[in-house]
Amino acid sequence: MASLTDKALAGDPRAVARLISMAENRDEGLDSLMKELYLAPSAGKAWVVGVTGSPGAGKSTLTDKLIEQLRAKGERVGVLAVDPSSPYTGGAILADRLRMQRHTDDSGVFIRSLAARGSLGGLSRGTREGVLILDACGFDVIIIETVGVGQSEIDIMRVADSVCVVLVPGLGDDVQAMKAGIMEIADLFVVNKADKQGADRLVNEVRAVLEFLQNKDWVPTIDRTVAETGDGVPSLVENLERHREYAKARGRERERARMRARIEDIIVDRLSLQASKLLEAKEAEILPAVMDRKLDPYSAADMILAE
Amino acid sequence: MPDKKIRIVVAKPGLDGHDRGAKVIARALRDAGMEVIYTGLRQTPEQIVTTAIQEDADGIGISILSGAHEFYFRRIIELLKEKNASDVIVFGGGVIPEQDVPALLKMGAGAIFGPGTSTVTAVDWIKKAVSEKDAVKA
Ligand SMILES: Nc1nc2c(ncn2[C@@H]2O[C@H](COP(=O)(O)OP(=O)(O)OP(=O)(O)O)[C@@H](O)[C@H]2O)c(=O)[nH]1
Ligand SMILES: [Mg+2]
Repeated sequence: MASLTDKALAGDPRAVARLISMAENRDEGLDSLMKELYLAPSAGKAWVVGVTGSPGAGKSTLTDKLIEQLRAKGERVGVLAVDPSSPYTGGAILADRLRMQRHTDDSGVFIRSLAARGSLGGLSRGTREGVLILDACGFDVIIIETVGVGQSEIDIMRVADSVCVVLVPGLGDDVQAMKAGIMEIADLFVVNKADKQGADRLVNEVRAVLEFLQNKDWVPTIDRTVAETGDGVPSLVENLERHREYAKARGRERERARMRARIEDIIVDRLSLQASKLLEAKEAEILPAVMDRKLDPYSAADMILAE
Repeated sequence: MPDKKIRIVVAKPGLDGHDRGAKVIARALRDAGMEVIYTGLRQTPEQIVTTAIQEDADGIGISILSGAHEFYFRRIIELLKEKNASDVIVFGGGVIPEQDVPALLKMGAGAIFGPGTSTVTAVDWIKKAVSEKDAVKA
């Protein structure tokens, strides 16, 4: 019987989907499968595009239009759409896909919704491994949609070759009000909902902030779009393609930083899994003493680690 | 598996009406800790089944108002078989006449929840059905 990775590499969508679930579930069998995928001849070729921005900015609608344009160029497109999980129940309603559903009939498109689960706004493990899985399984372009809050903005740089930051007029996310971080991660700015009032002002504000940027090799582009109608999207795609070439030429330096981050992520993941196991094994014994203030939590940690 | 979550595709096939019922069930499942992939209105059986496969869903919940329930259930269950995914459970709710339920169950639907059903009943049923399904696989 063909292995799960063989099936996935041969293009079986069920196998691809299963692998992504294994990553999300931190399945213990995953690492050995990921090793195979990483070394597969097909791996390492995909162009990874991040689409990030405030809730409701139009990221999914825009992604739908990007898929359309990229498909017209013959690219196979994978999408990982991340939505937050409820911190109270752990459940989630994943609705990004709703706006891209027409591509479900196209076998050259694979869309996967991911809940952030415990990742506190950062990219979930499913996202990081999901990119590797879709890449190895022959998708030429992988679009990651994330809500631009907190850690995910920084994380997206670690996985995406080209980062689009989607802004909208009148949402209160004028450039002044935005955190400094988001300006620095953008390779491309998109002022979406350009049909609404305030788009010109927003474009000018972004332009003004960009004048302070030091990086002269690539000046972030600014496109105005109406994602609902597709206005402005062809120009955005042109700029994206230019950035794709730029990113390719950028050489090994960013790649090195990225691989280092990836190894670090894997180490941290494994240590944290180990930490929960150690804690679980000892908590019944140690926790009451800490709660009664007979033992301090620092010594408790020492005792657990000494095991 | 430490972090396994139940994943359910909630779909509203057909051309008619609104998706209020589908939204109610989506929220109830989320509140029960599940991950709900919400696909909205006017989904074809093909789209629903492809979605369930790409999303590696444990189940598909169909909300129906149109009276075309027999067609949709039959087609979805057929397509799941064709695509080697008959382990995905299929359940439904909405306005489905009592006398039609046995035929749907015979076709392979796991459960049909009538208009008065509490969401708790549905949630409990899904949890049980998914754990039985996973036990078979393991
Ligand atoms: N007027 C206008 N509305 C738009 C435009 N693009 C998207 N919308 C609408 O904005 C709403 C949100 O769009 P989405 O694409 O779901 O936005 P999103 O950023 O993916 O939202 P989240 O994933 O929930 O953060 C929808 O009602 C869209 O129809 C646009 O260019 N102009
Ligand atoms: Mg979205």
